[in-house]
Amino acid sequence: MAEFSLPKNSKIQPGKHFPAKDAKKPRIFRVYRWSPDDGKNPRVDSYEVDMAACGPMVLDALLKIKNEIDPSLTLRRSCREGICGSCAMNIDGTNTLACTKAIDECASGDVKIYPLPHMPVVKDLVPDLTHFYAQFASIKPWLRTQSPAPARERLQSPEERKALDGLYECILCACCSTSCPSYWWNGDKYLGPAILLQAYRWIVDTRDEDTGARLDDLEDPFKLYRCHTIMNCTRTCPKGLNPAKAIAEIKKLMVERRSA
Amino acid sequence: MSAKEIVVKDRRTPLKTARGLGSSQSGVGHWWTQRVTAAALVLLVVWFVLTVLCLLHADYATAHATVARPWNALLLIAFVLTMFWHAVLGLQVVIEDYVVTRWRQVVLLVAIKFLAVLGALACVLAVLRIALTP
Repeated sequence: MAEFSLPKNSKIQPGKHFPAKDAKKPRIFRVYRWSPDDGKNPRVDSYEVDMAACGPMVLDALLKIKNEIDPSLTLRRSCREGICGSCAMNIDGTNTLACTKAIDECASGDVKIYPLPHMPVVKDLVPDLTHFYAQFASIKPWLRTQSPAPARERLQSPEERKALDGLYECILCACCSTSCPSYWWNGDKYLGPAILLQAYRWIVDTRDEDTGARLDDLEDPFKLYRCHTIMNCTRTCPKGLNPAKAIAEIKKLMVERRSA
Repeated sequence: MSAKEIVVKDRRTPLKTARGLGSSQSGVGHWWTQRVTAAALVLLVVWFVLTVLCLLHADYATAHATVARPWNALLLIAFVLTMFWHAVLGLQVVIEDYVVTRWRQVVLLVAIKFLAVLGALACVLAVLRIALTP
């Protein structure tokens, strides 16, 4: 059966508390901590941060903690404007980007921050996305054509280009895939919402000539049909995209090319 | 590191793992059939529930005669076959989702098919016996 309880060495222990001195507007951040080096179980440390001297986003608070309270806190971040996808993590119970999630948007009380669910953890808030990226590579996410390359750019009408809206904006942050129970239980084979949305992005691209082969590669009970349309992906996407719809469109095309 | 030799058992690249055995070129039939049987069941269940409601306070002879009527017998067999078919398709998804160990998965997938065929045959036989015996 799928495992529904954590293995012994993954059970979370209570962690350290870091109080803030003379904070005008204190707020507690409870952050998942695990290090591969000390052989200990994961723990949740709580940090008191003065909101009067902190930026508005969760990433601002995390960086304030790292810079001023506990430099051992480990996380990925880069662009701080929701375009690189590095700081994807589980904040306040939802997968999202720390840089675009306002602290005020979190439920009142402590702000809880965990790494993306059901991924191997490298350290603290850093998940191992190796398999996720390999799955992305497996769909060959580039323009595949047979016709000789034109002398100038490959043209698309404005309507044809419009088909890519809502798809090209995906930044592969993995928020959706790691929110999907099907990806948790069968992520070894199931491609997950992010990769399927990316696959659809190339399927509907009018310049791509390998549509049939792309559908062939997806036609599989595990790669595609683990999606049962529970919509966690769409609800959590920090870019407001709809991976569930992209998957439904792929399923429609699968039916379209066969006899009813 | 000491001179102790480190043996890495898995030297596969992440891409090799991700691509696995490739696509099985199936799944569309399952998906489509599940939806078609679901649509059929919407109509058949409505008919079945109405028929059963009509028999609420009826005696054995009336119930027997109702099932024996050709249209009722036909629809009852259609209902039973569609229901077992749809149930197997649904159970298959549940087993594929949650049963991780491969041999257990295969055993269960085959077992539900056997059971569904037996169940469907038993139901069809029951209806036929009522419908065909005078």
